[in-house]
Amino acid sequence: MAAEMRIVLRNADQINPDKIEDYVQAGGYKALEKARSMARTDLIAEVKKSNLRGRGGAGFNAGMKWSFVPEAPVKYVVCNLDEGEPGTYKDRTIVEKDPQRLLEGMAICGHAINSNQGYIYCRGEYPYVVDLLRRAIDQARSSGVLGDFNIEVRMGGGAYVCGEETALIESIEGHRGEPRFKPPFPGVSGLWDKPTVVNNVETFANLPDIVMRGGAWFASIGTPSYPGTKVLTLTGDVVNRIPIEVPTNTTIREVIFDFGGGIRGGKKFKAVQIGGTSGGFIPESLLDTPIDADSMRNIGATLGTGAVLVMDETRDIIDIVTRISKFFEHESCGKCNPCREGTFRAYEIMKKINKGQAAPADLDKLALLSRVMTKACLCGLGQAAPGPILTTMEHFKAEYQARLQI
Amino acid sequence: MATIQDIINSYKDKPGGIIEAYHAVQREYNYLPEEAVEYAARVFGISAAQAFGVATFYSYLSVAKRGQYIIRMCESAPCHIAGADILIKTFEDELGIKVGETTADGKFTLELTECVGQCQGTPVITINSMPYVDMNPEQVPAVLALCK
Repeated sequence: MAAEMRIVLRNADQINPDKIEDYVQAGGYKALEKARSMARTDLIAEVKKSNLRGRGGAGFNAGMKWSFVPEAPVKYVVCNLDEGEPGTYKDRTIVEKDPQRLLEGMAICGHAINSNQGYIYCRGEYPYVVDLLRRAIDQARSSGVLGDFNIEVRMGGGAYVCGEETALIESIEGHRGEPRFKPPFPGVSGLWDKPTVVNNVETFANLPDIVMRGGAWFASIGTPSYPGTKVLTLTGDVVNRIPIEVPTNTTIREVIFDFGGGIRGGKKFKAVQIGGTSGGFIPESLLDTPIDADSMRNIGATLGTGAVLVMDETRDIIDIVTRISKFFEHESCGKCNPCREGTFRAYEIMKKINKGQAAPADLDKLALLSRVMTKACLCGLGQAAPGPILTTMEHFKAEYQARLQI
Repeated sequence: MATIQDIINSYKDKPGGIIEAYHAVQREYNYLPEEAVEYAARVFGISAAQAFGVATFYSYLSVAKRGQYIIRMCESAPCHIAGADILIKTFEDELGIKVGETTADGKFTLELTECVGQCQGTPVITINSMPYVDMNPEQVPAVLALCK
């Protein structure tokens, strides 16, 4: 049976998250000390060598992202703790179990890009995490471990789109959370038009170990093109609804049947949606795929945030995709036309199919609309929104056909 | 209770602090009264329209008066398949109001929400942002009784 491998969750349930002494005792802040003894370019090179790829969903090489940041008097390090993808609770788990690890990771990034100001953007759904982080920052500040690096927590307001990095930046600036046009990318012009690195919680949380053990060590774990571990959060019709941290060459089948303990109530597996509510639906035939981002992309799915929503044989795929379409219709910020109108029409057609009132031509329209949105929407929200529709039309076509009005 | 002006003033030196100020007002008043939005516009040097635009963009901010206890029911896919619909109906029946409404005594407001990140225990509700997991309809009266 496959085994967990804990890097970002190493201290989980081993230390008191509310006591910085516990974290330091467990070796905490040694990595920051080491990082600060390194030249910035060497530190960035080491992170690049680790091939750590962003754990928020996009999967961009973190060291590469940092290397694009130009020299400037003011720069920012921003942590994305917006975690809005339904089914995801990994960042909450990481921070609730070990908040100092995130602060240390951010400070390491701060040294790498020569920034002394960090922001953590925490979703409004987690006020108790905001409180925990503020206590952790106070402790870190009074014990002096962060040196001249400051961190401030800002709370979001329940807008899914703010997980998109430029919308998140708009929100920190006190505006409506609408995405910006790119380029310029935040690395060049981000928060208050200053160079800004935005990384996910899990990305930052990997840094202390990469610094301590070296990029080559990290690069040797899991799948070479997307190395390391990934925290996955199991939900739905699986026996164990738990967070796990596994090497990235673990297969979906191992995740569901070994770690997850299989399907609840002795039922059979029907589908799994990975990566959040924008992720693709995966049928039984593809369960031996490793979870790394590239392998997932090759089967038309995503690793995304690592949410794992398992559905048993009794679940109604059409009804679930209709519900997901409503989510996107609700969360579209309305800035760009393809997303604002597209999510509305997609939900409209899905409702029609769900009620058994659609004709074959509606499926064609839905497929065309989905393809257009994938290419024409301004940000990841609209581009990814059709994923569940397109993948279920491919893998569960019979369910759509059975719902059509003849 | 701190005045709206005092609360908002305490954030005026924070760059982009209007959203933090709104959260702080809501912690005291449970919603954003019109005067709070207008005052925030002046303090942060933006138009009232812009301040209103920010206040209405975020689902956790409300410009409509709400009850003492705000019950939010998650209806995202994981909670949907775990029976969120039945739970929502049970809350509506117990409270005698529909989603989006507040009870006549001003005690409860019922809202729908998307994922609150507690998907290890679906279906999930929150009361004033505190999560209650693995909810089933039979537990609804007991949960409401917790709100004194």
